[in-house]
Amino acid sequence: MEFGLSEDQTLLQETVRRFVAEQAPLDLIRKIAEGNADAKQTITTGMDELGLNGVVIPEELGGAGLGMLDAVLVQECLGYGIVPSGFLANVVASSTLSRVDTGLVQDIAAGEARFGIALNDLVSRRDGAGLSAESGELSGTSMMALSAEDATHLLVCDGEGKLHVCAPQDHQILLTIDRTRVFAELKLSKAKSHVSVTDGKGALARACLLLAADSLGVSQAMLDKAVEYAKERKQFGRVIGSFQAVKHLCAEMAAKIEPCRAFIWHAAHALDMDEDEASVMAFLAKAHMSDVATFVARTSTEVHGGMGFTDLVGLHYWFKRVGVNRQLLGSPAQLRQMAAVAQGLVAA
Amino acid sequence: MDLTLSPEYTAFRDHVAKLLEENAHLAPGPEDKGLKHPKRLAWQKFLIGEGLTARAIPTEYGGYGAEPDILKSRIIAEEFARSGVPRPLAGQGISMLVPTLLELGTPEQKEKYIRPTLYGEMIWCQGYSEPGAGSDLASLQTKAVEDGDEYVINGQKIWTSTARQADMIFCLVRTDPEAKKHHGITYILFPMNTPGIEVRPLVDMTGSANFNEVFFTDVRVPKSGVVFEPNKGWQVANATLTHERGMLGDPNATKARFVELVELMKRETVNGERLIDNPLLRDRLMALQAEVYAMQANGLRTMTSRLKKESAGLAGLVVKLQGCELNHQIAGLAIDALGELGVLYGDGEHLRSDGSWQWRYMYDLGLIIGGGTAQIQKNIIAERGLDMPREPKLAVRA
Ligand SMILES: Cc1cc2nc3c(=O)[nH]c(=O)nc-3n(C[C@H](O)[C@H](O)[C@H](O)COP(=O)(O)OP(=O)(O)OC[C@H]3O[C@@H](n4cnc5c(N)ncnc54)[C@H](O)[C@@H]3O)c2cc1C
Repeated sequence: MEFGLSEDQTLLQETVRRFVAEQAPLDLIRKIAEGNADAKQTITTGMDELGLNGVVIPEELGGAGLGMLDAVLVQECLGYGIVPSGFLANVVASSTLSRVDTGLVQDIAAGEARFGIALNDLVSRRDGAGLSAESGELSGTSMMALSAEDATHLLVCDGEGKLHVCAPQDHQILLTIDRTRVFAELKLSKAKSHVSVTDGKGALARACLLLAADSLGVSQAMLDKAVEYAKERKQFGRVIGSFQAVKHLCAEMAAKIEPCRAFIWHAAHALDMDEDEASVMAFLAKAHMSDVATFVARTSTEVHGGMGFTDLVGLHYWFKRVGVNRQLLGSPAQLRQMAAVAQGLVAA
Repeated sequence: MDLTLSPEYTAFRDHVAKLLEENAHLAPGPEDKGLKHPKRLAWQKFLIGEGLTARAIPTEYGGYGAEPDILKSRIIAEEFARSGVPRPLAGQGISMLVPTLLELGTPEQKEKYIRPTLYGEMIWCQGYSEPGAGSDLASLQTKAVEDGDEYVINGQKIWTSTARQADMIFCLVRTDPEAKKHHGITYILFPMNTPGIEVRPLVDMTGSANFNEVFFTDVRVPKSGVVFEPNKGWQVANATLTHERGMLGDPNATKARFVELVELMKRETVNGERLIDNPLLRDRLMALQAEVYAMQANGLRTMTSRLKKESAGLAGLVVKLQGCELNHQIAGLAIDALGELGVLYGDGEHLRSDGSWQWRYMYDLGLIIGGGTAQIQKNIIAERGLDMPREPKLAVRA
């Protein structure tokens, strides 16, 4: 047995990490948050060049033929640099459709199809949200759709937990605390369902795990920033990192983050191996990572003192990404309940 | 311990409840923005006139001039929370400067500043922190050099809340560069429109510019603005900091937020179920309610000590740490309860409570940092409250 990343996986991570550091600096992210479409396009183009949308797509369909473990490594890097991208939606769509609609999956690999996904209603329905499918047509609204704003296709979930592919119709942008990413409320009216699959929970598990990986990256970045700041900022004639109080805050963040990394790798491997526990692990990974990230977001801000609360160092962009990730596709409590149900500990 | 209400107090409660109910229409609404909005000032004037705020402040300075009475204060606070009408104005001037002046100001200063401050006509900002002097406030470098009847001030402040709206600043400056760091500081008041002051807004994580950088270039201010004595500013600042910590840990403000949260959870649903019917959310709510009760009772206890001019000891030292944490947790539960709707911010049809829960979640984190960080509070609790050895080299406030 060996628990760890392969050489290829380490290489993949390094490549994406470098891309994020070089091509997606905070200045660019700020522009995206202000609504600059060119800035966002830079990221999309760069990611296409790296072929990232095809990570989990089989080689014969034009992809890299890798698995969820590789996908979570990529997502972690994107979270680290708070990069907005369609990666998550495309990975969930392509892994859901790979055995159903190979043509569409090929289009994703080629960058011709870009997916938006709407799975939130599987877990959480408010303000009348919910889609229903009748004789192959979808109607209703769905909240917090991801990457729907410039999608060519949508992967949506109906009230029965069934997934459908349909063409984009009307949507309304939902303004959140995180202005780097776009979230939308889908408004469908008799949208034709082209493909329908039963595996709503499977798609949800994948999306949850990717969000967990995203929050892992965000947390790591916030820890790194706190440590760096603590080594520079001086008060009382010494660097604040020399105060045990500050050291312990940083050490606590590290102690909570590090096991999450292994957990998320393991959960991704379980999904790749199609293990029974895979979705339980994915739900719990998202729930647990959200709690850890919430702690880290707050603690890193505290280490930065007043500086952490301002826009000057931009730390709040990471803080807000954690905040939104936490509520997307189920709060920690909702996902823990789903995990209990998924392993038959309690009835749904 | 005696918390029973004598007939006098029951009558007082009825009186307050009736006053608030009958005059609620005078209160400013959320649309009446601006610190000096006429409706806000009129409301404040009404409240002072009825003794519902500034109650124990002498009439000669514009207060209501009643004897301090812990039970009446509590009744008033409870009636504000119950009725949901806007609370009296609070701000750094009213909550921090006024008590400081009452304690240490000259007769002229009391005469000149307390009344307009109480009535909301004079807004103050607090010029303490500097880029190099946050937790280590006593290392501040903004310099004031004597010149006849004036000081000439040069330097920079940062994180100065409401500096743009402020008429006046209470400011810490270094007047004796030779003295040990706690001994060369002076506490001084001067107008914000004095030539040589430049204010640059700083955007914070909530997206608004609540605080600012303030730059002083050859700013000439009269010496009559000195509170207490030159080079004794550290003692004065400590008096103010105590009031700031009290203000930041105000249990009645916390109670009001808690009541709002209960209403929210009764009103909102997820998957067809009322939030309050969800046992997990309800458990968290009840756990917070216990803390709210505890902070309120702790508030009564410290208030009693204050009235008796005794030290509140640990009960007083923990207020800022516990109060700010509790506020942050209350906002955190509201967001978790609202789920995906809880992260909406800005506008839109699904937005709840105007996005105020998110605003509070972030701002309350700011207040965990501002006014002495949580870590500094813990040092103070350990060193002053538990008599533990001081941190090495930590230059604790005088
Ligand atoms: C919302 C808000 C409003 C504010 N309003 C005002 C205002 O109106 N006027 C004003 O003058 N100031 C204001 N401040 C400034 C505030 O007082 C300072 O931010 C605060 O004192 C911390 O200082 P700092 O930001 O320099 O952080 P630093 O002192 O640099 O602290 C950074 C980190 O180091 C830790 N640390 C520092 N020293 C020690 C130690 N000895 N032991 C253990 N840990 C330590 C801190 O706890 C923190 O985690 C405001 C701040 C905020 C956030």
